[in-house]
Amino acid sequence: MEKENRTTGKVVGIVANLVMVEVNGPVSQNEICFITLKQESLMAEVIKIMGKIAYVQVFESTRGLMPGSKVEFQGHMLEVTLGPGILSRNYDGLQNDLDKMEGIFLKRGEYTDPLNREKKWSFKPLAKVGDEVKAGDWLGEVNENDQPHKIMLPFKMKGTYTIKKIVDEGEYTVDHQIAVVTNGDGTETNLTMVQKWPVKVAIGDYREKPRPFKLLETGVRCMDTLNPITEGGTGFIPGPFGTGKTVLQHAISKQAEADIVIIAACGERANEVVEVFTEFPELEDPRTGKKLIERTIIIANTSNMPVAAREASVYTAMTIGEYYRAMGLKVLLMADSTSRWAQALREMSNRLEELPGPDAFPMDLSAVISNFYSRAGYVFLNNGKTGSITFIGTVSPAGGNLKEPVTESTRKAARCFYGLSQARADSKRYPAIDPIDSYSKYLEYPEVQDYLLKNVGEDWLTDVLKAKDVLLRGKEAMEQINILGDDGVPMAFHETFWKSELIDFVILQQDAFDNIDASTPMKRQQYMLSKILSVVESKFAFGHFEDVSTFFKEVINEFKQMNYTEFDTEDFRKHEQTLEEILNKRAN
Amino acid sequence: MESQAFQKIYTKLTNITKATVTLKATGVGYDEIASVNGKLAQVVKIAGDDITLQIFEGTEGIPTNAEISFLGRPPQLTVSDELAGRFFNAFGNPIDGGPEIQGEVRDIGSPSVNPVRRDQPSNLIATGIAGIDLNNTLVSGQKIPFFADPDQPYNQVMAMVALRAKTDKIILGGMGLTNDDYLYFKNVFDNAGALDRIISFVNTTENPPVERLLVPDMALTAAEYFAVDKNESVLVLLTDMTLYADALSIVSNRMDQIPSKDSMPGSLYSDLARIYEKAVQFPSGGSITIIAVTTLSGGDITHAIPDNTGYITEGQLFLRRDTEIGKVIVDPFRSLSRLKQLVIGKQTREDHPQVMNTAIRLYADAANARTKLENGFDLTDYDERTLSFAKEYSERILAIDVNVDTDTMLDITWELFGRHFKKAEVAIKENLVAKYWAQ
Ligand SMILES: Nc1ncnc2c1ncn2[C@@H]1O[C@H](COP(=O)(O)OP(=O)(O)OP(=O)(O)O)[C@@H](O)[C@H]1O
Ligand SMILES: [Mg+2]
Repeated sequence: MEKENRTTGKVVGIVANLVMVEVNGPVSQNEICFITLKQESLMAEVIKIMGKIAYVQVFESTRGLMPGSKVEFQGHMLEVTLGPGILSRNYDGLQNDLDKMEGIFLKRGEYTDPLNREKKWSFKPLAKVGDEVKAGDWLGEVNENDQPHKIMLPFKMKGTYTIKKIVDEGEYTVDHQIAVVTNGDGTETNLTMVQKWPVKVAIGDYREKPRPFKLLETGVRCMDTLNPITEGGTGFIPGPFGTGKTVLQHAISKQAEADIVIIAACGERANEVVEVFTEFPELEDPRTGKKLIERTIIIANTSNMPVAAREASVYTAMTIGEYYRAMGLKVLLMADSTSRWAQALREMSNRLEELPGPDAFPMDLSAVISNFYSRAGYVFLNNGKTGSITFIGTVSPAGGNLKEPVTESTRKAARCFYGLSQARADSKRYPAIDPIDSYSKYLEYPEVQDYLLKNVGEDWLTDVLKAKDVLLRGKEAMEQINILGDDGVPMAFHETFWKSELIDFVILQQDAFDNIDASTPMKRQQYMLSKILSVVESKFAFGHFEDVSTFFKEVINEFKQMNYTEFDTEDFRKHEQTLEEILNKRAN
Repeated sequence: MESQAFQKIYTKLTNITKATVTLKATGVGYDEIASVNGKLAQVVKIAGDDITLQIFEGTEGIPTNAEISFLGRPPQLTVSDELAGRFFNAFGNPIDGGPEIQGEVRDIGSPSVNPVRRDQPSNLIATGIAGIDLNNTLVSGQKIPFFADPDQPYNQVMAMVALRAKTDKIILGGMGLTNDDYLYFKNVFDNAGALDRIISFVNTTENPPVERLLVPDMALTAAEYFAVDKNESVLVLLTDMTLYADALSIVSNRMDQIPSKDSMPGSLYSDLARIYEKAVQFPSGGSITIIAVTTLSGGDITHAIPDNTGYITEGQLFLRRDTEIGKVIVDPFRSLSRLKQLVIGKQTREDHPQVMNTAIRLYADAANARTKLENGFDLTDYDERTLSFAKEYSERILAIDVNVDTDTMLDITWELFGRHFKKAEVAIKENLVAKYWAQ
């Protein structure tokens, strides 16, 4: 824990945000220090130690810094502050509350409190005097934006404690003493609603982490229907620039069936964060009717903010996610883009003159990524309740080439692959997820299959596999048509191709900016898939190959009108009726 | 180069490379600028009392006993309303024969705007060019480059866009401009009677390439003065950012840094993002919009410079010569404005989004038909119709010489739909078809 006599040091070298510090005492890897620069103090993290020299990466610009500047080490790693009042906040990568900062421009060395210390929360005790408790056990709860925010025995307190005192139900600030616990030898510890935890260390106080088995509905058809992600699952979205990674992530964060959504904007555009700030307070969570912002936390380290804090930002986000998971909540964590974080690692590794791996990325990139993804998951807490972190990261492959280190390392770590295709984006087939190359490993999990069978429908899995099959055969047919020409192939090839186009246009393509089409509940997805498969399985009579495309375009058009119409309304049924007529005319 | 009486003068260099010199000195701050025999330099590395300086002009002719003095500050620009109408070099010194600027001295390369102090961009910038306004609508506060091969008229198109956009100030950051292009900009701005709202920072091909590294920060410091202090809308033109990135790679190579893809420094993404992210809309009404040029080599957008740029900017405008009509068009496939959805169908007619997407989809069908044709296959009736649609669409919408308002662009597109396709083939929402389908 905190050291009594803090180590100090002085700056002896500077290359951009890498600073060499000569130290006069013990320091540890990843320890935080502050460097004094005139009236400011700049936060930095130890990343390498060679003899008496600590190499630190500074989370700020080092402009004007001089050798000889004083450095004070803090005796702890980079930590986040955990307690009620995190929801709806806009933080930077180091958990500074951006709204509390003054002025238009970010000021170097300005650090703000992540929590509101004045606000009173209505606290309800969940444990009583005499109870034995361990780290992560629930002592009480407060209502945070209608989420049951649990006050837990701090994760740092290892071992078993007995509750000696706990306050009655009432209104308290986060710093109010809410309980006193004693350990085996009678030492007392006073507890408030606030605790701290180092971001690079996973919070592991749960009983068991089973394989994920529950579907996480996102409302995005080509995910839920074809390649579903699970509660506690991991996925990644690689794609060249402008193919729709951010739009897809924003759609998921608006629609997914989660209690808490954490958006880590890691080295991407400030305007995209502003979009969330602006839209989420207006948009409703269709499940609760409350504003989306109430369940959202934003960690913004945009591309123009200090590079070293980019790496911190994803860890900050993950740690806050683990904190809410320990309360038994469903957390969805999005990071856009994990490539920027990898690049931050690369910049630093190059400055340290480390031996570079492929594309000059650090050698341990793969391990760093795997380790991070492994912090997601579905857990049974010590009290038997469950919680989850579902993690979806985007990857921005250099030159759009998926054979680059970040994509390849992530492929090993994540279980769902949503590859965005340039060709699909170019022809505005959004979301541009490639239906053939993308996969969800979860579809192969017997426990997931079982879940789908029981909760979606008995035929669901078979139908999904059928649809995938149609898409694959459609692609093959198209290739043949391209090689042999329209009249060089049997009519059936055209039919096969157009049946896959039907699935493409009606299920895969989804307009993220249309109020109705943007989000499709599972029930509707199921209805549409079975309707489409019934068309796919029908036989039609065609005289000429051109009739095939004409006919299917009409069918697609009517299906699309259905997609744009409120489900199960009169209008919807009207289109369905028209569709029946079109189909009947052609029926064989 | 300014110098102050109390400044200590050093006269002993211990190391000289192509871009940098090293000396022993104390009391020097990181990023600080210095003068080495009158040449501008900046501190890039401090190791104990060994200070490494990057010399913007290069180190040719620098002796080991050069005179070095440190200025105790980062590069600066004097800002005031007097900037308007003036031309400067990369160091912010006037090159138009006019007087020095009186005003407030500011460090260039200022910190970032707090994201919560930004406003969501929402003002459409009309250019009259349908390839932009219809398919890739620009919004103030946006950052977007032209991706173009060096032989395309990108500077002309950019000047046209700048003059048609209704902004309070236009700031030109010229990097590696040929003297002819520099004079071209000067002329068009002058002829448009717009010179008094234009400010230029220019590094021409005659100046040392490394000096260019200062141009974007100079231009953006001036832009922030007008956008923040004066609440004005400012349009910043940066041409050619490829030459800027080349200068970055020259410096990093000379400093023996490990290059990443295409010999570019590993920090290219961050270096470019720092510039482009200065584009901003403030709640007070002030804004900075950045339109840049990134020249491509042989149309290759996977090269590290356009690739990193594409990941940073809010879309790109891709210029291409359409041999079918013999004109330069804004390519609807590779071009994209990410901010268009904030304004289309809201500040423009309700049918805008669907019409735009449908036309591009049909244009893509034409591209497929062309491939078929090239492979020697017969075309279907639909193929034929897409081809004739595509040709007209290219001529009347995509060509950069089109200059009409957005409603007209939409009407033209509906007219083309009506003439070449059936309603089911366009598959647009029923209520829109009912309202706009050309009779
Ligand atoms: N589902 C969608 N529906 C409609 N348009 C979309 C959709 N997805 C993407 N787009 C369009 O593509 C543009 C780019 O998408 P987005 O910003 O998500 O790309 P990206 O992959 O995140 O790019 P980058 O790597 O540069 O951040 C959007 O601005 C929008 O115009
Ligand atoms: Mg993105």
